[in-house]
Amino acid sequence: MLRPVSKTAQLLYSTILITLISLICWFLSPVAGYRVVAFILLVTVSLVSLGVDILPGLWAAFLTALIWDFFFIPPRFTLQVGATEDLILLLMYFVVATTSAIFTYRIRKMEKKSRERQEKEHTLKLYNTLFNSLSHELRTPIAAIIAATDNLQQSRNLTPENKYELISEIAKASFRLNRQVDNLLSMSRLEAGFIHPAADWCDITELLYHTVQQLEELQGPQRISINVNPSIPLCRIDRGLLEQVLTNLLINAITHGHSPASVDITAACHADLLEIVIDDNGPGFDPKDIAKAFDPFFRAQHSKTGGTGLGLSIVKGFVESMHGRVHLENRQGGGSSFTIAIPVETSYLKNLKNE
Amino acid sequence: MSNRNEILIIDDEPQMRKLLEITLSSNGYSVKQAADAKEGLIHAANHPPSLILLDLGLPDEDGQSVLQKLREWYTSPVLIVSVQNSEESIIRALDNGANDYLVKPFRTGELLARIRSALRDQTGFENSPTMQFGNLQIDFSMRQLRKNGELVKLTVTEYGLISVFARNEGKVLTHQYLLREVWGPGYLNQTQYLRVYIAQLRKKIETDPNRPVYIVTESGIGYRFLAPE
Repeated sequence: MLRPVSKTAQLLYSTILITLISLICWFLSPVAGYRVVAFILLVTVSLVSLGVDILPGLWAAFLTALIWDFFFIPPRFTLQVGATEDLILLLMYFVVATTSAIFTYRIRKMEKKSRERQEKEHTLKLYNTLFNSLSHELRTPIAAIIAATDNLQQSRNLTPENKYELISEIAKASFRLNRQVDNLLSMSRLEAGFIHPAADWCDITELLYHTVQQLEELQGPQRISINVNPSIPLCRIDRGLLEQVLTNLLINAITHGHSPASVDITAACHADLLEIVIDDNGPGFDPKDIAKAFDPFFRAQHSKTGGTGLGLSIVKGFVESMHGRVHLENRQGGGSSFTIAIPVETSYLKNLKNE
Repeated sequence: MSNRNEILIIDDEPQMRKLLEITLSSNGYSVKQAADAKEGLIHAANHPPSLILLDLGLPDEDGQSVLQKLREWYTSPVLIVSVQNSEESIIRALDNGANDYLVKPFRTGELLARIRSALRDQTGFENSPTMQFGNLQIDFSMRQLRKNGELVKLTVTEYGLISVFARNEGKVLTHQYLLREVWGPGYLNQTQYLRVYIAQLRKKIETDPNRPVYIVTESGIGYRFLAPE
């Protein structure tokens, strides 16, 4: 099909094609007669108009009519038409060629419209997922806060234990809300292209322990083991972004791990490529979901609640903004394994003993 | 003279001011409030408080420029309390003379600890020859560090680092500040030196260098030296 080609090119191609076919017909006409030629040319025009826009289609119709009249209808080499039947045939011919060009153009336009509608529906579906996910993730903690404060304000018979419980519910809900807002802000920064990594020297061992410690301050003690070679070099990397990437992956691993969740972090640096692997003991991913896991608002079926569906897409966005890659696979013994690989400058400056 | 234990809150959110006032007054501070930069600057000039909590997102003037104006004459602590959590704006505020920076939302315990430490800064006890932090004891006259009474062997740079930390206990110190104080102005970009020495120092003073309690990291900003309770 000639569809994506420009109008001028379409004109050119259809002219060449029609000239070629006419040439073949020229040699054919002594045997087949000029009326058969008319049908061959008509088929050619119909086929051409299937593939081109309306203007080149009409041009093809006009050109073949002209060719047929000039070269084939006796008397040849004039635009004169001898027989009345031939005149009618010529007119018919012109009408058929024109209508077929117009019809195919209309059909194609309708096709385009329905494709656009489908795309729109798809976007709408995506937005609906977004709104459902967001309204659930934002409203749930807000509902908890309102219910708890109402209770505290209005119920007179609350025991001190009840009060304590209500207050910790408010605290839990606000931290959850805070995390959702952070995720949304990161996401919009990513989409607006506001992420500009600022690399600085970073002690990877320290970063890993620090990230885990920060996480435990919010979520309580976790079973997270860190495996890193003490001789790993200093890496130049945006520490803030890497910390958020690791935090999101760890939260994902803890949320989806079999209780009690246990997570292994392994870090190594081979030839200026920093590689960090996070393994969990969860159910792993359905193989058909692996490709979609990093899409915004994707959520695996039967997965536990508590995520925005944004965590992993932020991971991907941040890692890619640092020119790195993120890879997900299922582990052989069960559980999933996330690998991030980021190119970094390294420094083995480790011992400056006597300064 | 500044009014002892009086804290001025400059924040345009009434809810925030209300909550801060309850928190602070229930912890023994007297609280004054200002809803914008103009009111805050006038109040600070007329009744200099012992500490100012400054929000960066004020309606009439950028908080950073309010901070600069305050620092032309006001020497007591200024703590920034802001929703802006970018490393640039935190470092800028610290460079403009803020003593500390808290990102909203913050924990009340954290706020009170920062206020206590900022107010303690002023007492000027760094003039004494020895200081005690948890199990650590620094002797400035002998240039020595002891852990549980035992002498810790330090290099010249390591000692330089720990003494800057000790004089600024509880306060966040930016990478640039530490590099300038310990190595000199020519080393402002040599953050890898800082990483190496922090790691070495932690091995010598921390019980578990991977879970430091004395030298804690402020991601992307710098370090903070803390004395365990």
